[in-house]
Amino acid sequence: MTNSRRFRDTHRADPFYCDDMVYWKTTWRQNMSRTAVCSFVLMLLFGIADSSQSQDIPLISGGAGFLTQTNGGNTTYIPTIAPVLEFPISNRVLIESKANLLESVFPRPNRGYDTSHYVALAYLQADLQVTSHTTITGGYFYTPFNTFIERLSPFWINNFTDGPLISSIGIGSPSGSALGGMVRGNAFQNRTISITYDAYFSAKTANEQFSSKRLLGDRVSFFFPKLGLEAGTSFNRILQGKRSNNAGAHLWWTPPNSRFRFRSEYAHAAHAQGYWVEFASQLTDSGDTAGPLERLEPVFRFQQTLRNARDSTDGLPVANTQRADFGLNYRLKHELRINTSYSRRFSSTGNTNIWQTGVVYRFLFPAWRSK
Amino acid sequence: MRPSVILGYVLVLATSQLLGQATQKPPVHPAPQDAAHAQTADKSQNGGEDGQRVFQQNCARCHNAPSGFPPSISGTVAHHMRVRANLSEKEYKALLSFFNP
Repeated sequence: MTNSRRFRDTHRADPFYCDDMVYWKTTWRQNMSRTAVCSFVLMLLFGIADSSQSQDIPLISGGAGFLTQTNGGNTTYIPTIAPVLEFPISNRVLIESKANLLESVFPRPNRGYDTSHYVALAYLQADLQVTSHTTITGGYFYTPFNTFIERLSPFWINNFTDGPLISSIGIGSPSGSALGGMVRGNAFQNRTISITYDAYFSAKTANEQFSSKRLLGDRVSFFFPKLGLEAGTSFNRILQGKRSNNAGAHLWWTPPNSRFRFRSEYAHAAHAQGYWVEFASQLTDSGDTAGPLERLEPVFRFQQTLRNARDSTDGLPVANTQRADFGLNYRLKHELRINTSYSRRFSSTGNTNIWQTGVVYRFLFPAWRSK
Repeated sequence: MRPSVILGYVLVLATSQLLGQATQKPPVHPAPQDAAHAQTADKSQNGGEDGQRVFQQNCARCHNAPSGFPPSISGTVAHHMRVRANLSEKEYKALLSFFNP
């Protein structure tokens, strides 16, 4: 038996040939990596072969938009696109990814325009249905803290062009995502109540595309379908630097057989806290068949942040702030929407007017043609 | 901020809500479907009703339904919603049945 054969032959070689153990372990890891990559590719191929004949064709979705914001007299133009890829491997495994690409254009008097661009991965995750009520997610996923980041942050869903002031509390990175694992599912359900949960851990990384804090957290939501009421709490602990806790709560109300929507959130970080409440009323949900007036959607949001100490890491305003947002959105045909809003911001650092508009297009189509 | 501005806005909200209720129409199905086929099978119809309920209670809570999508991606859409909305397998199947009666 030669050395070269010995390492590849059997696992029993490990305890007997300690001098070569490092080499063997390296080879073993490389083999495992190759096996994992090959398995993944095979799973993809089988997934493609299986899905091309069913309803599980991978899809490309997302939104494209042209947004403008005038804040205190300074205008910014933001052309943006956010593609989403949904790739089912089998009926139990789904790969999901979303990216954000945007260009910010700042007009300068007599100096043309300044520009800056931003390209980032919002999430790249694998979801595995382990039981009928439980999903395990691994990868880079939206931090399930409160509701805004995970449910409303896509600009083709959000009623306003920007997010609430407190949306930076409790998330794993500026993009809202965390790198790690999560267990989520439905804990209990009957006709009157549905209880869902999310529990997650995130690792600390400084990678440009996968930046993340070390976090441990959970979210529990109670939904009462007959009332259209949802209440939930979120909690996470930052396990790095000056360790601190974040806590949050949300309350949503969508009365049955009504197009009125009430959404609200409260979040508390180490040195700041805040809340927002939003009221929206759609005239119809009948999409392309709606009349001209029925396409209007008035929206109102009020938000407030309170600070008890300086902290440049939580992303909230440096001084106590109140802000009222008045929006009027209009849904055109073919998944187009126009968002407009006026906001007045009150703060000890100065009161400002904020005007925002946006033309948003939402797309959804198969990644390829089915047979 | 002037109280009249706020009052005016509240009035616009209230009026729009009243208008919305007055002009309420049956919701349009998010995916193309064959209504005749749906009516022939009781099981599918029940599944469709359950699926519509699941859709209204879970998906439509956050976003408007797309005006339509090809049946070839209905399973992927349902799979995505299962993860995002923490749906059970039963709800997932009902949603799938709603998309493809």
